Amino acid sequence: MSSNEARDDLRRVVRGLLERRSTEADVRRLSEDPAGYDRDLWSVMADQLGLQAMAIPEAHGGAGFGYEDLCVVFEEMGRALLPSPFFATVALAANVLQHSGDEVACTRYLPEIATGGLVATLALGEQDGGWDASAVRMRAEPAGAGWTLSGVKRFVPAAHVADLLLVVAHTADGLSLFAVEPGAAGCTVEVELTLDLTRPLSRVVLDRVPAVLIGRSGQAWDGVRRALRLAAVALAAEQVGGAQRVLEMTVAYAKVRHQFGRPIGSFQAVKHKLADMLVAIESARSAAQDAARAAAEDDPEFELAASVAKAVCSDTCTRAAATAIQLHGGIGFTWEHPVQLYYKRAKSSEFLLGTPGHHRGLVGRAIGI
Amino acid sequence: MSEIDLVRAGIEGLLRDHPPATTARREFLAAQYDAGLAWVHFPVGLGGLGVAPQLQREVVVRLAEAGAPDGAATNRLGYAMGAPTLVAWGERVQQERYLRPLFVGDERWCQLFSEPGAGSDLAGLTTRAVRDGDDWIVDGQKVWSSMATISDVGMLVVRTDPELPKHQGLTYFLLDMRSPGVDVRPLRQMTGEAEFNEVYLTGVRVPDAARIGAPGAGWKVAMTTLMEERVLFNRQRDEKGPAELALELYHRRERDAELRTRMIELWVRARVQRLNTVRAAANRTAGIPGPEGSIGKLVYAELNQDALELCLDLLGDESLLYDSYEPVAYTEAALAAQGESDLRRRFLRSRAQTIEGGTSEIMRTILADRVLGLPPEPRGDKHLPFSRIPRG
Ligand SMILES: Cc1cc2nc3c(=O)[nH]c(=O)nc-3n(C[C@H](O)[C@H](O)[C@H](O)COP(=O)(O)OP(=O)(O)OC[C@H]3O[C@@H](n4cnc5c(N)ncnc54)[C@H](O)[C@@H]3O)c2cc1C
Ligand SMILES: Cc1cc2nc3c(=O)[nH]c(=O)nc-3n(C[C@H](O)[C@H](O)[C@H](O)COP(=O)(O)OP(=O)(O)OC[C@H]3O[C@@H](n4cnc5c(N)ncnc54)[C@H](O)[C@@H]3O)c2cc1C
Repeated sequence: MSSNEARDDLRRVVRGLLERRSTEADVRRLSEDPAGYDRDLWSVMADQLGLQAMAIPEAHGGAGFGYEDLCVVFEEMGRALLPSPFFATVALAANVLQHSGDEVACTRYLPEIATGGLVATLALGEQDGGWDASAVRMRAEPAGAGWTLSGVKRFVPAAHVADLLLVVAHTADGLSLFAVEPGAAGCTVEVELTLDLTRPLSRVVLDRVPAVLIGRSGQAWDGVRRALRLAAVALAAEQVGGAQRVLEMTVAYAKVRHQFGRPIGSFQAVKHKLADMLVAIESARSAAQDAARAAAEDDPEFELAASVAKAVCSDTCTRAAATAIQLHGGIGFTWEHPVQLYYKRAKSSEFLLGTPGHHRGLVGRAIGI
Repeated sequence: MSEIDLVRAGIEGLLRDHPPATTARREFLAAQYDAGLAWVHFPVGLGGLGVAPQLQREVVVRLAEAGAPDGAATNRLGYAMGAPTLVAWGERVQQERYLRPLFVGDERWCQLFSEPGAGSDLAGLTTRAVRDGDDWIVDGQKVWSSMATISDVGMLVVRTDPELPKHQGLTYFLLDMRSPGVDVRPLRQMTGEAEFNEVYLTGVRVPDAARIGAPGAGWKVAMTTLMEERVLFNRQRDEKGPAELALELYHRRERDAELRTRMIELWVRARVQRLNTVRAAANRTAGIPGPEGSIGKLVYAELNQDALELCLDLLGDESLLYDSYEPVAYTEAALAAQGESDLRRRFLRSRAQTIEGGTSEIMRTILADRVLGLPPEPRGDKHLPFSRIPRG
């Protein structure tokens, strides 16, 4: 896959599935469900469409498609507001594993992720949050031939349903990556009440939990950072999808809602807000597609492109959802209207993987200021 | 041969037979036109090869590397707006009459659309043309006509039937700017110089052979010109972008958190604007750009204004000065020097970018109506005969 037509086909197929299986009613139901996702849909995604396998290399049981194709899938998931551990498993864990330099771990876990048999996630930030190396204080203790971990990780997506936690902690050598089984003795996962109910986040308490080192001790950060940027590109695509959906929703409403004897979309104050939304979304799409391209081509400017995309798409998605609420008037402020769900997802996604301000700071460093 | 190979072979042949270092400007451009490399997407025999418009980029990049002259640079309105309009709407004899002289630099073009009473509301124009045998007699006034002092051909829209609704009674002509009765008066702008002009038209005779499109079809023809104009503004980026200039200035200054934040934001916007342009060009398959061209025009204009404002803030107290307010008229030399002009002049000039070629408000309305399909504002002037619309 790679041609535009093939990508359009992929988009059509994924959109079709999610329009049937991730309706607004489904999203609302799942946001009150303890698992928070539809296990049957997860299997359909794996067995019929092979989505979990898409960007995993063929050598590890995947389909070996490019990152741009995977980003089409994320865009559609953002559009449908799909509640799913797909982001944690595919954008976070699979990327972290692929950049861990640990062939044994890749061989053990990636094929299982590819078949949909394994839900996994990354546990990075701690009490104060944060998405860079300074967020990590946890120390791993040597225990016989292995290690144990103690401490608290926070804001861990999908931890409550994960079969595998990838935990970043210090050893004497520096930042290192560990595999932890959430079922192990001493590991407690507490789901927190989140602003965005469609993406549950957990507090993971570890008390002398056995952990297996992945990759070399002290050598984890470069790979984790790269994976975080790749995940940021996936999140940027998701945000473009969400923003596009709220734009469409609002345009449709502005055409039918009449006040003062005419559709509100005929008032210029409304038109120009929507035009600005369109311009911002098209710009965000350019940034997201460029970052996906840079990921696929291993462009030396990849990290810069990823930070640009995360900053621009986060800002755009939140502004778009906020404008959408405004242009819906009173109804936009209700629990019943779907636009609030997008607004909450948008605002939360700003923080995940680093705020727009954080990424602009990284851009500044990359351009030497 | 694939389209791209055809274009590449044409370029290499042109450079081999007419080495830019030893070929006169006009001669090179004539050869480029004859090789179909003036506008590659135009028909064969009219400066083109009938291939995809994106391939022009191959030509531009390769010829610039080879140090060849740029036929578009000193005749932007003709090259980017006039020529595509002519190809879309003109007769073959008209295309043959105008395209070559336009490209080789024999005839510079200007745009005679705006009037004192008709700017954003272009269809409200009142300059009249009345049929007289094989000619039309034109009376009225145009304004803001850039480079009219040094132009040979004017893209002219006039009213030929005031009893029809406003959009239906217009007709499009190519005016010989040397015709008796054409009086061009430079207008000084806030930068000090006179790039634009008033053009008074008194009893000007225009042959019917210079009419582009049918009588009454002027609005549609003019729309082609305006669609191309939007893309043109978006495309003028050979000069160093103001975001890059700002970054150079930034490096020369002490650190300051507020300026750093603005610098990064601006740099990101400029990068995204470039990505937009690349994506729009890749998606442009049809000859004439669609209404989404307004996105680029809007973004580019506002980005440039903000970037130049930042440049002045970074320049510090040097921004208190100005190089010259001498009311220089537009000349070849002034045009040639345009690229390097002073930052403070560019800062002032950038205020025009959200006005010229359709204001940013009009661009937003176009995006809302034409791209998003929102209902138009109710209006009282659209269906009345033009003569019955209240004015003043
Ligand atoms: C928290 C809350 C409390 C409220 N409490 C009360 C209350 O106590 N008593 C009461 O009577 N009402 C109350 N309202 C209702 C409130 O007054 C209306 O929501 C408001 O007037 C907007 O009307 P609408 O919701 O019908 O939206 P609409 O009028 O349909 O407007 C939708 C969008 O179109 C825009 N729009 C509409 N017309 C134009 C125009 N001519 N030009 C430009 N834009 C336009 C609006 O600005 C808005 O963005 C409350 C609303 C909220 C959100
Ligand atoms: C440097 C420069 C070069 C130019 N070169 C040329 C040229 O070569 N040839 C040519 O023909 N013209 C040229 N123009 C003219 C240009 O196209 C017009 O200035 C422009 O279309 C706006 O028209 P106006 O100046 O009459 O402003 P107006 O139309 O009077 O607009 C005044 C303000 O009202 C706003 N406005 C008007 N109507 C609406 C509406 N419906 N909704 C919301 N807001 C509205 C406008 O956005 C603007 O902010 C040039 C202009 C400049 C500044």
